Amino acid sequence: MARFLLTRLIQSVATLVLLSLVIFVLARATGDPLTLILPMVATEEDFANARRYLGLDQPLHVQYLMFVGKAAAGDFGTSIRARRPVIELLRQRLPSSLALGAFSMAVSLLIAFPLGVLAAVRKGTALDTGAKIVAALGQALPTFWVGIVLIEIVAGRLQWLPAGGNDSPAHYILPGFTLGWFVIAGLMRLLRSSMLEVLDSDYVKTARAKGAGEPAVVWRHALKNALIPVVTFAGVYFAILVTTAIVVETVFAWPGMGRLAYEAITARDFPVIQAVVLVTAVIVVAVNLVVDSLYACIDPRIRIDPRRP
Amino acid sequence: MKRPPVVSAAIILGFVLLALLADVVSPGDPYEQTLRARFTPPAWEAHGSWTHPLGTDRLGRDLLSRIIFGARVSLAAGVVTVLLAGFIGAGVGLVAGYHRGRVGAILMRVTDATLAFPIILLALILAVTVGPSFTNVVIAIAVILWARYARVIHGEVLALMEREFIAQARVIGCSAGRIIVVHLLPNTLNTLIVLLTLQVGYVIIVEASLSFLGAGIPPPAPAWGSMVAEGRDVITTAWWVSFFPGLAILLVVLAFNLFGDWLRDVLDPKLRQQ
Repeated sequence: MARFLLTRLIQSVATLVLLSLVIFVLARATGDPLTLILPMVATEEDFANARRYLGLDQPLHVQYLMFVGKAAAGDFGTSIRARRPVIELLRQRLPSSLALGAFSMAVSLLIAFPLGVLAAVRKGTALDTGAKIVAALGQALPTFWVGIVLIEIVAGRLQWLPAGGNDSPAHYILPGFTLGWFVIAGLMRLLRSSMLEVLDSDYVKTARAKGAGEPAVVWRHALKNALIPVVTFAGVYFAILVTTAIVVETVFAWPGMGRLAYEAITARDFPVIQAVVLVTAVIVVAVNLVVDSLYACIDPRIRIDPRRP
Repeated sequence: MKRPPVVSAAIILGFVLLALLADVVSPGDPYEQTLRARFTPPAWEAHGSWTHPLGTDRLGRDLLSRIIFGARVSLAAGVVTVLLAGFIGAGVGLVAGYHRGRVGAILMRVTDATLAFPIILLALILAVTVGPSFTNVVIAIAVILWARYARVIHGEVLALMEREFIAQARVIGCSAGRIIVVHLLPNTLNTLIVLLTLQVGYVIIVEASLSFLGAGIPPPAPAWGSMVAEGRDVITTAWWVSFFPGLAILLVVLAFNLFGDWLRDVLDPKLRQQ
């Protein structure tokens, strides 16, 4: 177990180093930021001064090492566009993204769990068909379009809920649902197929034969093992949630990391792009590490061969 | 055995035909602006007319024509990206599965690192880096997407490597290249085809999201994602500008996903869990 965790930890760090390198190179490749921040009349000397001031005159590997060293200490430099420390922007934006993500995940789990289990238990009924339709739509509806349509119908025509910003709990409902839609569909589908498989297994038949009541069989015996594939994919769904947030936050004018990323990319704000992508990657990798550890706890088989395919 | 997905197949075929024959079947020119006819509602609404069955946009361009020509963009982006990513991913998965030592470990590390990268974030950076264009969108998505194929194919190959016929091929002196191309590749083709089909819809959504965010296919080309974006600000007064392109995305993606599901059940049932 300890060896498995250590291997996964080293792998995670290696992944992050590789990612930071890619981020650094890509952010440098997005064009010269100085052409955006300096006035049209700026002279060569102005450019040279600004470059020196921002550390852009150093060799690339020096810039990279400086970037990593400072990033580890929480110093992501100064936003070229907002002219404020990037860490301030992150502190401002990260909590509202996490709040939206947590709300969305909670709603998704609350909907996906009962629906997935019941769809498997009542296979072939109207409920199962309904679940299938939700699942199919969840993977085919473009998030940005769902957002716009919800804003128009629920916030515009019906005036039931507010559309943009994050001032009150009611503001969470539309973006939270839009963000969670895909996860609901995916989790439910996964749980349904994994429940179907488990319900067909020998030990469930044994439990039934020994006279366990149907609710006990489903919720106590079957669900525990049906959860294994769900836990494996939790990391994947988390990454999807983070990515989808860029679109959702842009549509709903949500002041989070996703919209910060979008704004930074359109303004070629190097330090902010690096910071947002790096922080996102650290969160995704950390969540995946936790998920894998959980997985190893639940399913001992995985510890035997850490290099599972 | 599940019923063949006739409706899905028909929808896919329909959109493919529309894309191929856009010049013939489109009622008008997707680029022609008629400012006097801007924001004409669909034909069945008050003030609508059958000259523009689905209405017009901000510049008075015919929406139906733009959606028909947009099918070219979306389908081409979906298919080309998936083929490119599948080619790279299958290559990496095959080689990594065959060389299980250091080469395999390094390749799979790179694969995992790629998988951890939020696809839209990278595609956004790449699209802005090299400028928005069809080619760049395809490359931006494929650069991340290949890792998914590599993971699954790698798993398949690991299982195949334990089989007798691979050991025999080695004994009679087959080269690594020959074993990979002649013995391993054909045995992973079913999986690959299923994955490719299942991912077309996903790529169409990612391309549309990028175009929506302004980092995809640049205007005035009729891309469904940017058409939705164009109607975003006028959704309360002219809902059809955003609604119909979004509906087109939904239909095509749904059709590809359902068709892919069926294909998986027929060709490769063990992929179900993935």
